[in-house]
Formats: sequence, structure tokens, C-alpha cells
Amino acid sequence: MNFAILQFPASNCDQDCVHALRVLGHTAGLVWHKDTSLGGADAVIVPGGFSYGDYLRCGAIARFSPVMQAVKQFAEQGGLVIGICNGFQILCEAGLLPGALIRNRDLQFHCEQVFLKTANRDTPFTSQIPAEKLLKIPIAHGEGCYFADEPTLAALQANGQILWQYCSATGELTEAANPNGSVLNIAGICNDRRNVAGLMPHPDRASEAILGTTDGRLIFESMIAEMQSRTPAKAA
Amino acid sequence: MKATIIITPKKAVLDPQGKTVQTALAQMGHTGIKAVHVGKYLEIELEATDVEAARKSLNDAAHSFLSNPVIEDYHLEIE
Repeated sequence: MNFAILQFPASNCDQDCVHALRVLGHTAGLVWHKDTSLGGADAVIVPGGFSYGDYLRCGAIARFSPVMQAVKQFAEQGGLVIGICNGFQILCEAGLLPGALIRNRDLQFHCEQVFLKTANRDTPFTSQIPAEKLLKIPIAHGEGCYFADEPTLAALQANGQILWQYCSATGELTEAANPNGSVLNIAGICNDRRNVAGLMPHPDRASEAILGTTDGRLIFESMIAEMQSRTPAKAA
Repeated sequence: MKATIIITPKKAVLDPQGKTVQTALAQMGHTGIKAVHVGKYLEIELEATDVEAARKSLNDAAHSFLSNPVIEDYHLEIE
């Protein structure tokens, strides 16, 4: 499978994503923010970083980049798009995902390993995550507190759009396990069509044993399994 | 002409900056403060002379770009 990794001024996890996917045996190419084509990629990753210096609001300027028009079209056609950290913020600003990410509750930048509970395993981003498995994946953000109004939260819950929630090492959704004050301990969500997702934790930094955890692979592997199931079987 | 836009967090949104400033003010002995909300102030210098056209244009910009309606309110003034 071929992934398009977007590259904005001050993206800084683009190469991490390319590396993680190559480790998994897939190809990934960088797509500059001024490009208007995704180059025929099978899926899109909006990587982490500080696009446009996080000026005004995180992701507020990036979402007007020419490449985001191509991403919107790709998503409308059912293509898989995932935003990681700053990428999650950009997808929310672009209206591809509901809600917004605001300053962490304690105003601190958090760079640490967290545990995630998968709230819905029946999506293209979670299908390969074993039942009851807690994901250990690092976060690194100052503005990762997920907020949405009550009707939006009710819709997210009713439609199974909450994908990952911060939890303790034993799987409890506690306040202490919530690093940033996100409502309902939300770490990641998807759209109602389930082809666009975003999360604050970094699966790209959790895909090799040398980094202390390979749990991030399960998210990429879920996307890959979905794309492979969509690809028509080739003639023998 | 000059326009000013004041952007503030919606009341329902957590505002840890406002809370921290409020606590600091109380510790400095500034009493009687009920709440503090920290926002943004934009000063926009305009070449245009048509106030209503500028208002329409800046309202569009404030709604779609300068503020995020999910978490923020804004107030526009042109003088």
C-alpha cells in the first residue's frame, strides 16, 4: 500500500511516519502542502508538528493549504485519512472531524507514554487491535484537550465514533489517566462515515521495539487491512 | 479605517489560562474577581472606506478563519 504523508511548513513527524510505514513493508511518499494532487496514494496521513508555527490556532492556517482540498475530495470519495497530533488538530479545523483541540487543562506540554482503551474495534482504524488490548503510545502536545459541545458528544457516542480513550495501566477511564483534560478522556475519534480519524497520541513513534512499544503498528495495520480488503482480487 | 476583533473562549469551554490568571490575581490580593477569560485581540488596518463592505468581509473572515466557532466567540468593531 502507498501512503501520502502531508508536509506543511513546520511539520516535524512526517519522516517518522514515512519510516514507520516502511518498517511495516509499505511505501510512503511526502506530499508538499502546495501540491494539489495526492499522487494516487491509497491513504493519507496528516502528520504531527507545528504547522505554520501554530499561529492563530493549531491547524487554523494549514487547513487552507492547497493540498487540503485534495484531502477533502479524497475523503469524500471514501479514502482513508488519519491525522496524528497536529494532523488531528488540522482535520478538526478543516471540518473533516467534529470538535476542537484546546490548551491542555494544566497548561503544560505533555511528553509521555499513555495508555489507550479502544472504544470501537469495528472501524478501519481499529480492526486489528485485539479485544481488551490496551495500547501504549506516546503523546507530545500542549494543545490536545478535546472539546465538543453536548449534542456533538452525544452523536459521537451514539455512532461509535470515539475510537480511543486515555486510561490507566489497568484500563480504567480515570481523571488521573487523562493527560490533558479531554472530555470523556477522548484521545481519538473518527467521522460518522468512519473513513477519517484523528488522535493526539503518536502511533508513528510506537512502531518499533527499540522505541519501547510497537502498539502503534496496530493502527496502521488496521488501515492496511481495510485497504487490502477494498482492493479487488487480482486475476490468478 | 481600523477594525478590532476580540476573540474569547466560549463560556462552556475550559479556559485554564483564565483560571490561572484569576488564581494569580487573588494571590496578589486583587479581591472581588469573579472570573477571568483570556482571549485574543486583533487590530486590522484597512485601506477600504466602505464600512459595511468591510464589516461583511471581516465577519466572514472572523467566522471562517480568525475564530473557531466550536470553541470561541468574537466581537468585531470598525472605527
